[in-house]
Amino acid sequence: MRINLASVLVDDQEKALRFYTDVLGFVKKHDIPMGADRWLTVVSPEDPEGTELLLEPSGHPAAKPFKDALVADGIPWTMFAVSDVQAEYERMRGLGVRFTQEPTDMGTVITAVFDDTCGNLIQIGQMKS
Amino acid sequence: MGDVFKALADPTRRTILDELTGRDGQTLFELCARLVSIHGLSSSRQAVSQHLDVLESAGLVESRREGRYKFHYINTEPLEPIVERWLRKRGRT
Repeated sequence: MRINLASVLVDDQEKALRFYTDVLGFVKKHDIPMGADRWLTVVSPEDPEGTELLLEPSGHPAAKPFKDALVADGIPWTMFAVSDVQAEYERMRGLGVRFTQEPTDMGTVITAVFDDTCGNLIQIGQMKS
Repeated sequence: MGDVFKALADPTRRTILDELTGRDGQTLFELCARLVSIHGLSSSRQAVSQHLDVLESAGLVESRREGRYKFHYINTEPLEPIVERWLRKRGRT
């Protein structure tokens, strides 16, 4: 068994696709119409056959209070790996991305937390060698 | 002043103030991560939240909502009466 799919609950799939591709640099993998919504996944260009990220619509009534409560306390539900947190932080800040936590040395890992503009906080992490 | 001493009596709460001195304006998540990774304090999120409530009611921490996020800031003003009461008097003689 292996993990082939992870999900983020997004307020707006089209906006999410733009953010996750244009800003984060992922590439679209699947885009299948599903009634009003889409089965919409992205992958990392560094691992196109790897785990897909599903941009799942957050229309379920439980989704908004859940997401709002996490964001209020600064909790990122999803994490991505980068090779240089500081460089990503500066690059993304230049694109207008809002960070709730600047790059911080947490011992074995350096992390930062940003707002994905679709209702979520995302953590990026870099393992220290 | 009683609330201030009570708030400062707890080592975890003093560490929270240390961390806010290092970087002011942190979310609950960041504070919890710092407490566990830098200080080895594995307090639950609820416990840290309660510590913040105590610090806030003593006036030592202020929480501010900025849009959808809530950040915590240190406020050293309640410490000034302590300085006034003992340290400065002694310095004047």
